[in-house]
Amino acid sequence: MGAYLVRRVLLMLLMLFLVTVAVFILFAIVPTDPARLTCGKSCSPQIIEANRARLGLDQSLIMQYWNWFRGLFVGRTYAEGTPVEFSCPAPALGYSFRKGECVTQLIASRLPVSIWLAAGAFVIWMVVGILAGIYAALRRGKWQDRTLVGLSLVGYSFPTFFIGLLLLFFIVIKWNLLPYPNYVPPSEDPVQWFQTMILPWITVSMVYAAFYTRLTRTQMLETLGEDYIRTARAKGLPERTVIRKHAFRAGLTPLVTAAGLDLAGLLGGAVITESVFQLPGVGRLAIESVTDYDLPIIVGTVVLVAFFVIVANLIVDLLYAAIDPRVRLT
Amino acid sequence: MSAASTDEPYLKVRDLEVEFTTEDGKLKAVDRVSYDVHKGKTLAIVGESGSGKSVSSLAVMGLLNRKTTAITGEVWLDGEELVAATDDRVRQLRGQKMSMIFQDPLSSLHPFYKIGKQLVEAVQVHQQVDKKAARARAKEMLERVGIPDAEKRLDTYPHELSGGMRQRVMIAMALVNDPEMIIADEPTTALDVTVQAQIIELLRDLQADFGTAIVLITHDLGVVADMADDVLVMYGGRCVEQADNRELFYRPQMPYTWGLLSSVPRTDINLERLEPIAGNPPSLLSLPKGCVFRPRCTYHDQVPDGLCDTTRPDLTESEPGHMARCHMTTEQRLEIMRDRFGDRSLL
Repeated sequence: MGAYLVRRVLLMLLMLFLVTVAVFILFAIVPTDPARLTCGKSCSPQIIEANRARLGLDQSLIMQYWNWFRGLFVGRTYAEGTPVEFSCPAPALGYSFRKGECVTQLIASRLPVSIWLAAGAFVIWMVVGILAGIYAALRRGKWQDRTLVGLSLVGYSFPTFFIGLLLLFFIVIKWNLLPYPNYVPPSEDPVQWFQTMILPWITVSMVYAAFYTRLTRTQMLETLGEDYIRTARAKGLPERTVIRKHAFRAGLTPLVTAAGLDLAGLLGGAVITESVFQLPGVGRLAIESVTDYDLPIIVGTVVLVAFFVIVANLIVDLLYAAIDPRVRLT
Repeated sequence: MSAASTDEPYLKVRDLEVEFTTEDGKLKAVDRVSYDVHKGKTLAIVGESGSGKSVSSLAVMGLLNRKTTAITGEVWLDGEELVAATDDRVRQLRGQKMSMIFQDPLSSLHPFYKIGKQLVEAVQVHQQVDKKAARARAKEMLERVGIPDAEKRLDTYPHELSGGMRQRVMIAMALVNDPEMIIADEPTTALDVTVQAQIIELLRDLQADFGTAIVLITHDLGVVADMADDVLVMYGGRCVEQADNRELFYRPQMPYTWGLLSSVPRTDINLERLEPIAGNPPSLLSLPKGCVFRPRCTYHDQVPDGLCDTTRPDLTESEPGHMARCHMTTEQRLEIMRDRFGDRSLL
């Protein structure tokens, strides 16, 4: 177990390293000159070159990567030795000239919004999806099952931006059931925070709830057809016990994998939902950066998402081993 | 029939019918099957896959989904009728008065729970005892079925045991509440040959100890000859021949049974060579109009007027205690039988 963990963590670090290299190379070959983007249209070549030097973009690609990589651990100082010297503390993911801020601090200020969004939606979709999936499986073939399967298909087919706009239009604009979304941290005004988050939560969880309904239903049906369920019945266990004790544990275990990875993906920001509801989360930061060619931020957010997914993978594997005795961590 | 025992059979099945509703129409998986099993005796149900042998037993246990399955007929267990009984009543009897052992012990044990937990659970459904007593009972049962180091085994998971050990656990689980009737559905099929013999030996031993009535479902005629008191041969959802062990093996009277007996090697009768039965079992969705076995039967020309093509034969008593479903006369069948199996069959 100890050796397994060490190996997995090392592997994780290697993967993260490879992701950063890949992302870095990808953006280095993009046909835009980041230095050119540091100032507006009326920019003199001198200023561009000065900025290029200040950001270290005049160095070789390998040196650029090295500087970036080193920055993760020791922080980074730009325009060293000049009057405009400034620095980003470790772990520095770079500096956004556009926003005039260090990427790490930018992401850190946006991350709580994305985490709140992901966590709230996660709770909703897991509860709704699993309950609906179990109910559908137990009513297999009946109208309840057909209705739920049909609804989940609808929920799954609607694009997120459409659901978001639909909710926004009817609930907020037409019926005035909620004030217009305006994000504040929960510590500042929990009521307004909740009012702002409720629609985004529903929007994000809709697709996932639909997907988890189907996933849960399939898993449950498969499990209910297993020989050991027949054995449990043959023992004379009441049907309630058969389902709760025997079917749930085996049927819901595979959901751990899907749930862990989906949650991890969402933590890195829900791009569309955050944009529709004007939530200052990581997803919106990413989309702003893409339209602005703000490469340091793009690199930063990609690395962040990769980090979440890779860590989630490890956690999911550990959890799975804890639930299923047949899985050995070796 | 074990005519010697005049007392009431522990399990009495009469005209049992099971019909599934499928997308392709109604499917009669079991058609009017009747049999008796007495305490301490073994009835073997023999047949190919799809002959209805497992389904009929699941129907007896009440393990078929009643919503998608129509079950008619009567099942009397210890004087109580089960087909018309409530689901809950049948559930109470399951594991307590009647138990079942399945084919594949690995998939039949829950992979996430330890052996001990699964056994304790079986005890506690039917007995008002605390966990400690239930665990003691579980351990006692594991020891009884020949599992060494039982205390330690209680804390292992099914996948940590060998196939034979797992089947022993299944048997222990089935017997933990002292049921008087056990249905063993191909209990040795998934096991190594050497282990098969051990498991059959164990079942016989336990039967001798507890006087259990056993319904043994199998396609292994060796096991049947070894263990069964009575034999019921099923084909296409029907009983085609029913007799006691000696009768069936030495005076078989139905072409399908002949086919079965000619397709396995024997040491007691000199068969010229093994003859597999040509063709495949019929689809239950499109059974032949006449005799169900007619398409694979080589003796239908012995029957006049193409009766085999037009009329389903009834299960009739050809000799005392020996039922067969065939249009040929008993004399015809006895002659063919002598011809095929030699003098030993005259007995």
